[in-house]
Amino acid sequence: MDEPKLLDSKQMAEFAARGVLRFDGVVPDEINERFCTDAAGREIPVVPAGTPLDEAYAPGTPIHGLVSLPRVRGAIESLVGPGSLVDHHFLHLALPPASFEKRGLRQSSQPTHQDSTIDPRMAFDAQLFYFPHAVTREMGGTRYIPGSHLRIVSEAAIGRYQNIRGQQHVVCPAGTVMLAHHGLWHGGGINRSDRMRFMFKIRLNPTVRQCRLWDTSDLGPAHGEQRPIFWLREAPDPEHLHSILCRLEPWFEQDTGRLEILNRIRLWRFLLGDDEFDADYWLTRLENAPEAAAQ
Amino acid sequence: MTPTRQKLLVLYLAHSGLDAHVVSWAQWDGTGKEDHIPGDQDEPPYASGLEALRDGWRLLQMSPLRPHAPGEEFRTSYLKYEFVFEKLEPFHG
Repeated sequence: MDEPKLLDSKQMAEFAARGVLRFDGVVPDEINERFCTDAAGREIPVVPAGTPLDEAYAPGTPIHGLVSLPRVRGAIESLVGPGSLVDHHFLHLALPPASFEKRGLRQSSQPTHQDSTIDPRMAFDAQLFYFPHAVTREMGGTRYIPGSHLRIVSEAAIGRYQNIRGQQHVVCPAGTVMLAHHGLWHGGGINRSDRMRFMFKIRLNPTVRQCRLWDTSDLGPAHGEQRPIFWLREAPDPEHLHSILCRLEPWFEQDTGRLEILNRIRLWRFLLGDDEFDADYWLTRLENAPEAAAQ
Repeated sequence: MTPTRQKLLVLYLAHSGLDAHVVSWAQWDGTGKEDHIPGDQDEPPYASGLEALRDGWRLLQMSPLRPHAPGEEFRTSYLKYEFVFEKLEPFHG
């Protein structure tokens, strides 16, 4: 296997902030075609929960090829480290309208949900979404809500939220991979095309402390240095790491959006192993306890 | 008397005031004329709760404002500012 291509710090900060990274067309056609053939015949391996990723898929199979690609493996290892475990995998099928008409059933999209159950951990699992064929808007690719991953909710309890500002619908070329935090709100779209849509998902558990697993060579010693805030002469650099961590999503409530920033900074501290880090002074202000210093 | 059915509109707003902008929304139509499903609209039907009110939607309920439980002040969870509206529409079976 070629050397994994680890994520850089901006990609990791984007993951901390939005809970998802997307790699369009990263899987070669040869793997995509073989996977689609296997999927059509439901020839997907059955893997016991907790199997090491390195042992879960036989060499030479398309899924082994997928998770061995340097960019895919590098992203996995940046998020959950080496030695991750396959929690489970699942082949998602989105049937075309004729399948529902034939059985007299109402066709709908999948309600928005968070996978598994209430999960308040700081450590996180990574969910790999693999789109082995091109997905058009008509085919109803996975819908997801950027920045929703740190909300602590109970699986389908959020099914009432039909639409959320800023929701994304995956439209992509064949061989696209998304890696998401386990808390990302998502749901399968309605397939209005005349062909079956496949999406294969693998949930991966870390077995190591998720600390500086990515390529931190671009981090720099001053990445935690504070910038002017609120009253500015010019707009802040959108590529600055603090800008990435503090960027609001269009669906955030006015007050809760600020709590999201606090929680992202706490996640970034966890990933850095640095309890002093702050972005735009949000935690420093709250942690200031002059009464303790005076004693 | 013409029978009626309820149409429901649920708006989630950016703060607790009805004039706040919409961040999420859902619609259910008891007349059966419209069938809304998750992810069917990327733009809300109204810009704010007030705009819905001015279009004839009757407010049934709004989220109460509760103090934050100690230790839970920074936890984010469900959408916070939920406003439930209804319209009664004639129904012809």
